[in-house]
Amino acid sequence: MDIVHLLYGIPVLGWLFQVAGYLIAVIPTSAPIIMRSVPPLALGALCGVMCERSGVVNIGIEGTMLAAAFTGWVVGIAAAAVFGQGTPLLFGFTLPLAIALAAAIVVAVLVSLLHAWLSITVKADQIISGTIINIAALGVTGYLNTIIAATSPTSAGSFTTLTLPKDVTNLPFVGWIFAALFNQGPITLSVLVCVIGLQIWLFRSRWGLRTRAVGEHPKAAETVGIDVIALRYRNVVMAGVFAGLGGAYLSMEAGNSFQANMTAGRGFIALAAMILGRWTPIGAWASALLFALFLTLGQTIKFVPPTGDISVLLTGVPGQFYDALPYLVTIVVLAGVVGRSIPPAADGQPYTREAAT
Amino acid sequence: MRGITKRYPGVVANDGINLTVRPGEIHALLGENGAGKTTLMNILYGLARPDSGEILLDGEPVTIAGPSDAIARGINMVHQHFMLVPVLSVADNILLGEETMANRVFLDRNESRQRIIELGRRFGFEVDPDVKVGSLSVGWQQRVEILKALYRNARILVLDEPTAALTPAETEEIFAVLRRLAAAGHSIIFISHKLYEVLEIADTITVIRRGRVVGERDPRQTNEDDLAELMVGREVQLVVDRGESHPAAVTLTVDGLRVKDDRGSEVVRGVSFEIRAGEILGIAGVAGNGQDELVEAIVGLRRPESGKVVLDGHDATNWSPRSMTAAGLGYVPADRHRFGLVLPFPIADNLVLTTYFRRPFANGVVRNDAAIDRNGDEAVQRFDIRTPSAQVPAGTLSGGNQQKIVVAREFGRDLRLLVLDQPTRGLDVGSIEFIHRQIIAKRDAGVAVLLVSAELDEVLEMSDRIGVMYRGEIVSIVDGRTADKEKVGRLMATGAQLEAAEAAGKVAAA
Amino acid sequence: MSSPAATARVSGVRTMLARAWSSVSISVLSILLALVAGAFFIIVSQLVEPKGTLNLLRPFDAYRSLFLGAFGGVNAIVETLVQTTPLVLAGLAVAVGFRAGLFNIGASGQVTLGALGSVVVGIALADQPGYIAIPAAVLAGTAVGALYGFIPGFLKAVSGAHEVVTTIMLNSIAGSILAALVSGPLKVPNSPSPVTRDIGNAAFPILIGTDGHLGLLIALVMAFAMWWLLFRTTRGFEIRTVGSNPDAARYAGMRPKLVITWTMTLSGALAGLAGACVALGILHHMQSSFATSIGFDAIAVALLARSNPIAVLPSALLFGAMRAGSNRMQIEARIPPELINVLVGITLLFIIATPAFRVLLRRIGTRPSLVAAPTLPGTAGGTAGPPP
Repeated sequence: MDIVHLLYGIPVLGWLFQVAGYLIAVIPTSAPIIMRSVPPLALGALCGVMCERSGVVNIGIEGTMLAAAFTGWVVGIAAAAVFGQGTPLLFGFTLPLAIALAAAIVVAVLVSLLHAWLSITVKADQIISGTIINIAALGVTGYLNTIIAATSPTSAGSFTTLTLPKDVTNLPFVGWIFAALFNQGPITLSVLVCVIGLQIWLFRSRWGLRTRAVGEHPKAAETVGIDVIALRYRNVVMAGVFAGLGGAYLSMEAGNSFQANMTAGRGFIALAAMILGRWTPIGAWASALLFALFLTLGQTIKFVPPTGDISVLLTGVPGQFYDALPYLVTIVVLAGVVGRSIPPAADGQPYTREAAT
Repeated sequence: MRGITKRYPGVVANDGINLTVRPGEIHALLGENGAGKTTLMNILYGLARPDSGEILLDGEPVTIAGPSDAIARGINMVHQHFMLVPVLSVADNILLGEETMANRVFLDRNESRQRIIELGRRFGFEVDPDVKVGSLSVGWQQRVEILKALYRNARILVLDEPTAALTPAETEEIFAVLRRLAAAGHSIIFISHKLYEVLEIADTITVIRRGRVVGERDPRQTNEDDLAELMVGREVQLVVDRGESHPAAVTLTVDGLRVKDDRGSEVVRGVSFEIRAGEILGIAGVAGNGQDELVEAIVGLRRPESGKVVLDGHDATNWSPRSMTAAGLGYVPADRHRFGLVLPFPIADNLVLTTYFRRPFANGVVRNDAAIDRNGDEAVQRFDIRTPSAQVPAGTLSGGNQQKIVVAREFGRDLRLLVLDQPTRGLDVGSIEFIHRQIIAKRDAGVAVLLVSAELDEVLEMSDRIGVMYRGEIVSIVDGRTADKEKVGRLMATGAQLEAAEAAGKVAAA
Repeated sequence: MSSPAATARVSGVRTMLARAWSSVSISVLSILLALVAGAFFIIVSQLVEPKGTLNLLRPFDAYRSLFLGAFGGVNAIVETLVQTTPLVLAGLAVAVGFRAGLFNIGASGQVTLGALGSVVVGIALADQPGYIAIPAAVLAGTAVGALYGFIPGFLKAVSGAHEVVTTIMLNSIAGSILAALVSGPLKVPNSPSPVTRDIGNAAFPILIGTDGHLGLLIALVMAFAMWWLLFRTTRGFEIRTVGSNPDAARYAGMRPKLVITWTMTLSGALAGLAGACVALGILHHMQSSFATSIGFDAIAVALLARSNPIAVLPSALLFGAMRAGSNRMQIEARIPPELINVLVGITLLFIIATPAFRVLLRRIGTRPSLVAAPTLPGTAGGTAGPPP
């Protein structure tokens, strides 16, 4: 403990240590808040990993998630109007919610299909394609939201969370980890499954091996008989499922309605998480945790005010600083890491089949 | 393969080729760059379809739809540029496309690992399946490629220039492997341009020149001279008579230059030569022996590791391209689409790419469009560039005319040194003749010319002195007037002095 | 009269016209299709309304109001011009970036901070005579925008961080900066909502009608200035070369990293200028939320104009007209102005699917363009090659 106080005492650097110390100390209590922000980041990053490992850059994750969030909300309203609210099963699943979730995923898959078509077949610039998808999604969802919100609709509600028995969550030292990870709704729980599943799939299955080859050296893959184009289409479309879950989370688990521009840049932060995580699912998830920490730092500070020298600094800073913090961190990460973190070698380059003429 | 013919735009790659390969035979396909060997094998492997002719396996005519079809039929190809994924392990690379499955979803790495180690042992080498391919030496990567084929139960193994990047020792090791494969009943087609290797390893040699089979030989009944003559032909196709040269003072000195390529291997290994004003030094050599990197180092697009480049007495070793240009360099790059032209820009703009900031094309910051256009029209006239106007984008022109733009730009300045890398590759005869005349005119005007070309005819026709580049070194410089085509061809393909080779009885490359 | 040179020149002109026609026709087609899609949205959204009466003619009402709102009468036209002004400048910002191969998605943030910067200086000089206050405020806005463009440009040159993501992050950060400053040190004391003081004499003079301010002139001048820069100066040549072929640019002696840094700075400056025009010409103060669609509209403007500064003028006019007319459309036809966002987004989708269009058109039998496809900046495969 003395060493700690020594570090804290250093004139300017000491503050950095104090902040770090505060962050570490506050994690157990603020974990639930942090975990609330993880799913869109993690799922968005998984979508990115799957696309880029196949060699397709997907900037449009933001728009895909937004479209999914909106669809989930709207279809939920419609289904609730048609079928009634229904009786909640496990996790609060009702018929309308189930239909809404399915619809959200379908829409995300369709948007991904659009991006796949533009990138792979039309061979448009993949970054422009993604950006345009974002703009279009923002416009369409914003407009439809205005129309629909004006009718004061009743949403289908949202998913409920699991509650572990107190004996588990009150365990010393590790209890809070269980609480943070598992006292969550179905989509959040699925994140863990997705991360582990994708990690195994990417590195231990046949399709994962082929995917990685196609992303690194598509010509080599073609010469052993792999259909590069078909594989890229399949992967990008399936990656849409992750983005769909991420978007659905926002309007169906974290809340029960949609607001314009609900994703607020999370799709881009997810890309940074993917890069920081070196294009691996587990790395992306860990990076998402880090970004989520910064995303919620403002709330954490209100919830568990810091003590000591830094408390004045941290609480005195205007609230907008914490709003801007995750974006700032993203920029710093990108600038610092991008050179050193190496993407799949064929990332972003459209592939032309060997002319079998 | 019978009567195989294949045409690409502007060239007949294969013209009625017959090829017969027996089981357990090592059959060599010998020929220069561009002779058509790779095209023929691409057809066999399903990467291309012949325009006419047929392929018979075991006497039965077959159509090969694509690589997977070829592989299924037991035909496997090891490409000249390795088709290996650097970040994946040896085992993963071998498995790719032909994965051993533990069940529907998961790979069975253990079983495949065993098989790989066994296969390697059977043919004489120990390989670690878990090593990342990117960290292997080229020789070992070659072995991995061969293992890839064996893993798929190849009956016919096609190797495209397998020893291009190997040391002599590694070459011997690979040969040992190949002999064992042949003894085990596999057929091997060995594509090469290296005479002595082919003589050493092959059971039968088929020589291809300009898309046609010009001869089939038993190695025991032939020698290097005979093969060299078949490969390059006796007559030199002279297009232009270059006349006498009158070399004056030394303009360019290259001394002990060492250059690395993009992958970090040293590809120029201590090159030294001089060029005088008013003479043409031609560098002959099969593409890939370091010529491109040598040229890039001289013009300033690549940093040499050590050595010196001296231009007109100034140490120009680390000069930028702009400084070199200002000092009187003209450069015609091998890859005209990458370094030579901006394809979407009009011809007139491309013509001033290196001088756009100088008078008369600009006054300070403002461009002088009238001068640029005038220059464009003049150049189009003078160099006979076939185009509706000088305002058309360069990308719409044919290859020959695009090259003329580069030539017009570089030749239109006051030059001290002219460096040309593969200047007439892919061009029609008319353009070739035109460019050759321009080069000779420059020489006669007192410019020092460095001409790098893989086209032996071009080098012989144009050069006052000829250097042969092999494995990053200049192995010999001969006088252009007395150079013998076969001798130079052999130097290109073997890299050794004729006398030393005869003395040693067998050639050992530098 | 057929000297070979003359016929060559005539067919040269003809090929250029064919190329221009090919570009314009795709743009026009994209907009028309977007309008059709918009009509579809209008019809569908009727189903949602509680009094859901399905009126298939509603889109026509909507578009008529839109058009009248934009061009029906002097006031409407002036309003259209006012809305067009910042779109011209921001569109130029994005277009110049595209020319260097850069994606400036951060126009929104640069506009915001440019507006803020100009207001801050404007407030400080509010009592000075106009000919001092106005140029100073304009310069301030431009400078702040330039700085905000320099950051992503520099980061890209030095670290390779892709400007698409960094500029979008900077957009959000700009919003936070604005909110923090306007709610904090710049706030007018005792006011119910966070606003700054008025800029007094730094406001733009009105040139036309009741609202047509100086910005109109500035935008027009800048469009020609940017055209002149790109096509008549050596610097512009460097920008375009680096954007088309960085390797050839290196051989030509240019320094791609330097070029992209100062091009991004220039781009930010133009966007900052756009913000200054909005603040000094219309708002005359700042609020803590500056919700603007200018950023994304600018992307559409630049893409539709194929990054040609002169073409940015009609392109910006199109979108400016839509924005201006949306008010009347909302009042008369009761369609929310957010429809314009839909139209913008869908137009962009059709533009980027252009190569697919061309193939489709060829199958239907339209005469293919005589020369290579017009390059959409940044479109892979956009570098001209012989017609496929």
